[in-house]
Amino acid sequence: MSVLLDPTSEQSPTLRPRLERPDALDGLTIGILDIAKARGDVFLKRLGERLAERGVAFKHYAKPTNTRPAPLPLQQQIATEVNLVIEGLSD
Amino acid sequence: MSVLPRDGLVAVVKRDCPTCELTAPVLGDLANRAGLQVYTQDDPNFPENVPHRIDDTGLDVSHRLKIEVVPTLIRLQDGAEVDRTYGWDRAEWERVAGLAGLGGGLPEMRPGCGARNIEPGIIERLKIRFNETGLRSRRIELGGDEDEHEAMHERGWSDGLPLVPPTEERVLKMLDGTARDPQEVVGIVPPILAPATVEKIAINAVMAGCKPEYMPVVLAAVEAVLDETFAMHGVLATTMFVGPVVIVNGSVRRRIGMNAKGNALGQGNRANGAIGRALQLVIRNIGGGKPQEVDRATLGNPGKYTYCFAEDEEGSCWEPLAVERVGLKAGQSAVTVFAGFGLQGVVDQKSRTPESLSRSFAESLKVMFNVKSAPSADALIVMSPEHERTYREAGWSKARVYEELYKLTEIPGEDLVAGAKGIAEGGPASRAGTMVSKFRPGGLMIVRAGGNAGMFSGIIGGWSSSGPRGSTPVTKEVRN
Repeated sequence: MSVLLDPTSEQSPTLRPRLERPDALDGLTIGILDIAKARGDVFLKRLGERLAERGVAFKHYAKPTNTRPAPLPLQQQIATEVNLVIEGLSD
Repeated sequence: MSVLPRDGLVAVVKRDCPTCELTAPVLGDLANRAGLQVYTQDDPNFPENVPHRIDDTGLDVSHRLKIEVVPTLIRLQDGAEVDRTYGWDRAEWERVAGLAGLGGGLPEMRPGCGARNIEPGIIERLKIRFNETGLRSRRIELGGDEDEHEAMHERGWSDGLPLVPPTEERVLKMLDGTARDPQEVVGIVPPILAPATVEKIAINAVMAGCKPEYMPVVLAAVEAVLDETFAMHGVLATTMFVGPVVIVNGSVRRRIGMNAKGNALGQGNRANGAIGRALQLVIRNIGGGKPQEVDRATLGNPGKYTYCFAEDEEGSCWEPLAVERVGLKAGQSAVTVFAGFGLQGVVDQKSRTPESLSRSFAESLKVMFNVKSAPSADALIVMSPEHERTYREAGWSKARVYEELYKLTEIPGEDLVAGAKGIAEGGPASRAGTMVSKFRPGGLMIVRAGGNAGMFSGIIGGWSSSGPRGSTPVTKEVRN
């Protein structure tokens, strides 16, 4: 385990903070990621319908398998196309 | 850790010391007659004639006893040291041991050897182990599976290039490069106005790739940009191109191997590169100044990674920049910081008179920012030896060159009016009929640097807010 000395003025926590959640979804595009767990697609499809009813922009994505991380091109595509991601983590 | 006796004699020795070898019979004698305990720093089997040697290859006891020389002989009483001698000195050993007739056949005196526990690289590890570093910065413990290089980038510490991990050991060694107290505050760093202690600067100097001997120069550069007249907050926050350019004068240039010759403004010299980078990391990490945050630069410039070079003082007919600016004696070391950007080449291979060459410089200077821009920003001329030679051979002082350049960079107002030359950029029509100076008085600086071949000099442009309303160059002496 490495121990490094903090080069900053120590005004932020040592652990990287989570990104702040937006107060509202206005003007944002949401990614809906199906990680290929059983019936996740059903749940996420319904979620997309609810978002559409509220006039929120969204895009569907799917991982080829839940057993491995998303392929790098898919990660990059999602990062450049949407502001938030919802993914179904379990069946 | 081995436990020291409350009372009696202890000695600390190492095999790799001829004086310790010499005193081995005495150590055996004292072990027999007075119960001496012997701690060995390198070879637990030394000295063979002492039956109860104590292994101190971990150097814990040596460190606790602050041993500097071996052999050292110490008398303890009620758990406290009451007497010590080091090296071999018969009379001293007899006094500390309280016994006569020691070391028959040995010379009267022999100097000892340096102790292992104070060797560079070892002393730092011992201080860390015993929590004696005095370092106050927060320790960041990385996870066992975390790559330390990636971890530093993810925490936002990097300018985009790899960093040297600032371990406690490296920071302690960096602090050895200065006599200043690690907790001394060198200045207040914008934009978040955080104090820059010598320790925090050392951490950033480690990350930038500095050697400890660069520290005095780094500290002077930080001190200079944090001088109020430099206006570091504005230099950082401006949409314009500038960042701090560091020019180093005096004997320190050669001591730390800086480049003032060929490719002086380019890559390839560790001191030039690391000192300028350390300064930028201080602004980034201590001050929190980051691009697209408070750093609002539209384009920035490559010198915002690092922009630091030495003046080529040797052979110049002119006094060095720091001597000219603040009257330091030649050879005294100093840094000057200038809010500047990029490099505009001045190519003149035919001028053989100072008059002609000055006109070349003046015409090149006049285009800085825009041919319609006057008064403009300050400018730093980096004059190559072959151009400086033209002035030298004609006997022109630096003051005369400045005078000529200020005169030659006056521009007819009608050329600067908005719309003139078919360019919408420009000033009010009232300028017509006047002469307008491109530079404020004192707005030009000249340093000599570069390879011996090439009639190529450079202009480092400044900030539109030059002078008292914005940034003024600052010179600070380099102190150890």
